[in-house]
Amino acid sequence: MAIHLYRIDDRLIHGQVVVGWGQPLNARFMVLVDDLVASSDWEKELYRMAVPPEMEIFFADVATAVRDHARYASDPRPGIVITGDIASMYRLVKGVKAIGSVNLGGIHHRAGRIQKLRYVFLTPDEERQLRELEAAGVEVTAQDVPSARARPLSEVLEGESP
Amino acid sequence: MNEEQGGGPGNPRAIVVGHGEFAGGLVSAVGQICGMADKLVVLSMMGMTPEDIESTIRGELDRTGARVIFTDLPAGSATIAARRIVKEDPGIVLVSGVNLATLLDFVFSTAASPTEAARAAAERGKASLIVVGR
Repeated sequence: MAIHLYRIDDRLIHGQVVVGWGQPLNARFMVLVDDLVASSDWEKELYRMAVPPEMEIFFADVATAVRDHARYASDPRPGIVITGDIASMYRLVKGVKAIGSVNLGGIHHRAGRIQKLRYVFLTPDEERQLRELEAAGVEVTAQDVPSARARPLSEVLEGESP
Repeated sequence: MNEEQGGGPGNPRAIVVGHGEFAGGLVSAVGQICGMADKLVVLSMMGMTPEDIESTIRGELDRTGARVIFTDLPAGSATIAARRIVKEDPGIVLVSGVNLATLLDFVFSTAASPTEAARAAAERGKASLIVVGR
């Protein structure tokens, strides 16, 4: 499989993704899966300009990403799939059924979310969706950068001691 | 967030924002070299959502009257947020990939507009990147 990382990150494309993960994975393409971004030419241009020239970027809403996943996965180049929220990744994983692991990379504080890690805050609904993914056999870990330890979901949900 | 007061009327002012302590480090270096850190506002975006980053930058632009935003990486979330701001207010200028030479040129600039000051500073910053050795 050419896709080396399925990441949830509310900043979508940013330094940690493009450089922090993109460089060590030698990523040559990225699939940004987001219903809002996929529907706006301006948003697409905004993110297109944020990726380095050697990296191709595809935009898709969740339904399109489910449909086209096999094509992304058969691309011989290393790639990264990214969603901005858990709900989108949940729908993608449920639709594709071939995704074995999901990375929690940055889900920051918003109303209703409870802090689990420095960079992971979850609502009860989001927690439930992650538990469901894990119960379905998907490995869910939190890891902001490659040099950090991948923390299993059980550890994430326990939260971090202050 | 940190801003030292100073900067007389008509002097360029800018917001510097980046990953980790990048902005604070750069502005501290400006202060050490020429004592003009007061022309620059430091923002850190650690732990912020994209919306928080954007609203924090907007708030500082309003508060200080700054018209220039310096960011570190073109792919950074601060740059993305700043580009959203520039889209709504083309009078704001964004320079990404900022380095110390850029900021030093900017704080000394006597250009008539923030745009001119930022463009000239960006050129100086590019020219400061040199490679020595085989």
